[in-house]
Amino acid sequence: MNIDAIHSGIVLDHIKAGRGMDVYRFLKLDEVDCPVAYIRNVRSNALGRKDIIKIDSEIQVDLDVLGYIDPGITVNIIKDGKLVEKKKLSLPEKLVNVITCKNPRCITTVENALDQHFILKDRARGIYRCMFCDAERKSKALR
Amino acid sequence: MRHLIDITDFTVEEIEGILDLGDQMIADPAAYRESLRGRILATLFFEPSTRTRLSFESAMLSLGGSVLGFSSADSSSTAKGESLMDTIRTVSCYSDIIAMRHPKEGAPMAGSLKSYVPIINAGDGGHNHPTQTLTDLMTIRRCKGRLSNMVVGLCGDLKFGRTVHSLIGAMSRYEGVEFVLISPPELKVPSYITEELKVKGIPFREVETMEEVMPELDVLYMTRVQKERFFNEADYIRLKDTYILDPEKLRTAKADMSILHPLPRVNEISTRVDDDPRAVYFDQVRNGRFVRMALITTLLNWRENA
Repeated sequence: MNIDAIHSGIVLDHIKAGRGMDVYRFLKLDEVDCPVAYIRNVRSNALGRKDIIKIDSEIQVDLDVLGYIDPGITVNIIKDGKLVEKKKLSLPEKLVNVITCKNPRCITTVENALDQHFILKDRARGIYRCMFCDAERKSKALR
Repeated sequence: MRHLIDITDFTVEEIEGILDLGDQMIADPAAYRESLRGRILATLFFEPSTRTRLSFESAMLSLGGSVLGFSSADSSSTAKGESLMDTIRTVSCYSDIIAMRHPKEGAPMAGSLKSYVPIINAGDGGHNHPTQTLTDLMTIRRCKGRLSNMVVGLCGDLKFGRTVHSLIGAMSRYEGVEFVLISPPELKVPSYITEELKVKGIPFREVETMEEVMPELDVLYMTRVQKERFFNEADYIRLKDTYILDPEKLRTAKADMSILHPLPRVNEISTRVDDDPRAVYFDQVRNGRFVRMALITTLLNWRENA
């Protein structure tokens, strides 16, 4: 299968196989008007199988969101057909309005104006804690 | 600006300072009778409470200050649909300091993001109750002369008992403290607390009966199984009488063990225990007033000197 190389844009590589659609949804790629390629189950020496997303435009990508979904993703920035930057991700220290608190007793369930803040409490286990009520959420990547 | 949302917002030294001031206020209340004249405390109680609200009001009046507020969400603009953030912004224009209780967890922290004056968390759902913890720390320190090197048993509803969560957080910062967590499996402390104890290397055990650990305890902290924290009434009825302290169970306890309870009690401590010299839960009530006097004074001083 051939997918054209992009001219200027972003390639999200080493996405854990099957997680590409989560990335697609979190980044709201269905709303961009540039060409986007989502390639599933590509053979990978390191991962066995991986997903890849190619975005043929220099859009802003929220690296915190990406790091939360899958800290193993490599972000390749392409300009004029050349790789100009390669970014490695990690779990972000803080998440703002990326995930919502599932605790029905949390104040964020009734105060609509409040931002959803989560703080990384345990990097090894990917545990985040709601800043308001301390309820835990586990990073999708480490589930 | 400093607030008290979680007991660990304060350092151990800051807590010791508040407890020292509380001790001075107990020793010589007259010296502080006019110290906050002209200052206003707002007590915003979105959930019913007698003891905590009255203790805050008594504390402020004992310092010469004034009090305004409401004692249920029905008598505030919340009933008209006003957001918590707007209520806090408004009330912080009318007062110098706010004590708030709210059924939703994290509400005082949310309020502190918009308030122009210090916020004191007077209880947020099943989450935290740091002024009760200051009261508990003061009581333990006055009984034992220290807050380190002791075995602390916590008994009853450890899942929804916010006083328990705050007390564990506070006492785990002292040297040589070991926790014994006594509860039915359904009401064990939330995992985020035991995980934190593990990470910090603080010894704790989870057991189901108080009899098996009674001889080891220096402090026994009893709690009520609270009906309002259950989603299901059948679960409440099944568990409410599980842990009742009586003179028979106390036979194997140390002679100098201290029995605390945040009150109100239902039947988890028999009234036959009340005259036992180890029962200090009514001393706790008195200490609660003085430690809140010390807290209000300290937060207002910090704000002035910031």
